Amino acid sequence: MSITSIMIVGVGGQGTLLASRILGNTLIGAGYDVKVSEVHGMSQRGGSVTTYVRFGEKVWSPIIEKGGADIILSFELLEALRALPYLKRDGQIIVNAQQIDPMPVITGAAEYPKGIEEALRERAKLTAVDALVLAREAGSIKAVNVVLIGLLARNTSIPREQWEETLRTTVPPKFLDINMKAFELGYQYEE
Amino acid sequence: MKSQLLIGNAAVARGAYEAGVRVVASYPGTPSTEITESIVKYPEIYCEWAPNEKVACEVAIGASIGGARAMTCCKHVGLNVMADPVFTASYTGVNGGLVIAVADDPGMHSSQNEQDSRHYAEASKCPMLEPSDSDECLAYTKAAYEMSEKFDVPVFLRLTTRVAHSQSMAQLGEPDQVPLKDYVKNPAKFVMAPANAIRRHVDVEKRTEALRAFAEETPLNQVIDNGSAIGVICGGISYLYAQEALDERADYLKLGMVWPLPERKLCEFVAAHEVVFVIEELDPFIETYVRSLGLGVIGKEAFTMLGEYSAAMIRQAVLNTDDEPVTDAGLPVPVRPPVMCAGCPHRGTFYVLKKLGLTVCGDIGCYTLGAMPPLGSIDTTICMGASIGAALGMAKARGPEFAKKLVSVIGDSTFIHSGITGLIDVVYNKGINTVIILDNSITGMTGHQDNPTTGKTIRGEATKQVDLELLAKAVGIDRVRVVDPFDVKAMEAAVKEEIAADEPSVIIAQRPCALLKYVKYAGHCHVNQDTCRDCRMCMKLGCPALTVHDGRVVIDATQCNGCGLCVNVCPFHAIEKEAEPV
Repeated sequence: MSITSIMIVGVGGQGTLLASRILGNTLIGAGYDVKVSEVHGMSQRGGSVTTYVRFGEKVWSPIIEKGGADIILSFELLEALRALPYLKRDGQIIVNAQQIDPMPVITGAAEYPKGIEEALRERAKLTAVDALVLAREAGSIKAVNVVLIGLLARNTSIPREQWEETLRTTVPPKFLDINMKAFELGYQYEE
Repeated sequence: MKSQLLIGNAAVARGAYEAGVRVVASYPGTPSTEITESIVKYPEIYCEWAPNEKVACEVAIGASIGGARAMTCCKHVGLNVMADPVFTASYTGVNGGLVIAVADDPGMHSSQNEQDSRHYAEASKCPMLEPSDSDECLAYTKAAYEMSEKFDVPVFLRLTTRVAHSQSMAQLGEPDQVPLKDYVKNPAKFVMAPANAIRRHVDVEKRTEALRAFAEETPLNQVIDNGSAIGVICGGISYLYAQEALDERADYLKLGMVWPLPERKLCEFVAAHEVVFVIEELDPFIETYVRSLGLGVIGKEAFTMLGEYSAAMIRQAVLNTDDEPVTDAGLPVPVRPPVMCAGCPHRGTFYVLKKLGLTVCGDIGCYTLGAMPPLGSIDTTICMGASIGAALGMAKARGPEFAKKLVSVIGDSTFIHSGITGLIDVVYNKGINTVIILDNSITGMTGHQDNPTTGKTIRGEATKQVDLELLAKAVGIDRVRVVDPFDVKAMEAAVKEEIAADEPSVIIAQRPCALLKYVKYAGHCHVNQDTCRDCRMCMKLGCPALTVHDGRVVIDATQCNGCGLCVNVCPFHAIEKEAEPV
């Protein structure tokens, strides 16, 4: 019984919850048993946020443990580094190369680590993308989450139509065009 | 039948809907909030945000006495607030079914303590069910109403964060047609004066015996037999972790009903296995009972009382196997604690309090983040409403000179919840305290719920708005003023004047939450590097958009919402607003 585990990480306010909703609904549409776990509340206020998505024939735990993630989809560079211990040995990381300084870096109590991309590339199959640029091209920087979903989609076996169907039912109609474009740009992205 | 991917909380709401619930009253509290928010989807159900959990519970009790199926929802610490009516509702019993949904927060993702609410079931003698996933959230909610009416008792439905906030598939059913029961005056049952309560207590104890018998028979408690010598007793999320870790290598006694516990079933299960583990997050609640039966089990000696469990932890304890070592890049990873949002109105207030070096009694809400560096101005955070009583106590202990360097900060919703009683104490007992009400026009931390000060109901309907200024005056505060916290000069002057006064005062720091849809600041800010003298005054704001790159202060345009607070604090006018949005 094979379970696939995808971890979505980022900074509170980046739209990770919408991304996990799109992913969860797409997997349901594709006929899997799915569990999604996220935490609401205080951590969402600019803190590290994590969503676990697990799917397969029968999923018990909604939680991904260290060494258990097949794919880490990270909305921010440092958060990908933080999540690295959760990656399986042969796992894949898709990362938005954006850097958002956490408060200890802003106050000078810590430094934003250098060389994250290189360190990740040594240990995982890595796709790094400047999703902000692609989101802007799609029409709104808020579409970063859907750009990243597009990139994730190409790395799964779920047909593209299934993802687009979910977008149509999940995203408010007036933002659908922007999000469809953002999905397309992510899906077609070549490093 | 249809099934749907739902978070546990939404599944509880669906269960309430299918059970024909008519009235839901709650106060928001993570991780329980989305139950009541999801009820809004069902127009046939009356729902409300009450001023606090105690009132919410009383509304639900009244609805039950009035013949309707009713629900109240809270987080673990909210149950402390509603405990008073709950313990007596246990004596009165119900008319329409009454369910109290309580969500614990192991790991304290969004809470000030890690209390285990299962103790309340035993203490109040109300049965408690605990689902493991969304499908059970829905089914157990319906079962709870059946039990409530069958045994004439309020029933607890206990969730934990991972159950409340995890999405899994739930089987939807059709709503039951549950008529409103007749209301018949019955003082012997509903007037809990001593003479009646003494008789009701007899009924309560009889009821507990009946519930114990029910616990032996109910399919809520089930044995999953894989023919293993290892037995696992568990419930809630721990059951899922145990299944993940052990699968068919163990047998399970899954307890869907955590109080009262099934004595015979437990004895039989333990007797049938060579070794039995009790796996439960937080306190050894089940374990203590099992041990009281003289049964030998492995519990907290193998598992922690702290935080959340995991499948890895269970694998390690039960099978004695270590997972393979994890990947690590060997780079330092700075923490990313939550921060006040860019544009948060509280930032102006805390900037001033830090600058003045005051002692600050804080409260529960987003503004608890005012305790974090660089703002770091809060001295105490205890519970909802405690900022005012605690400050009065400090002032009484240390005298008026100390009181003049001390303020309380409390949000609008928290003030209504239980700050107003503290303020009355200040007036009544001749305190000279200064209370700052951080009025951001919404209940913020729990995700934007309306409250009595916003002028809107849970369904967004216009209603009478509590006027905080008039309210403070009405309880006897003569010095009340409203200040914009982004006008830092005015804020500083107001705080200085009010703490110096020889009488109590209230400052209402009024500016709406930056995340409210109607709050739109034009453009964003940027630092003019020619005029910036690198004094770093703006960095004291702790704004996530302001950072230092290559030795210079810069503003991350993707984080800035253009609120302009940094423009106000810059002594050299080096921060400018750009008209064009990014």
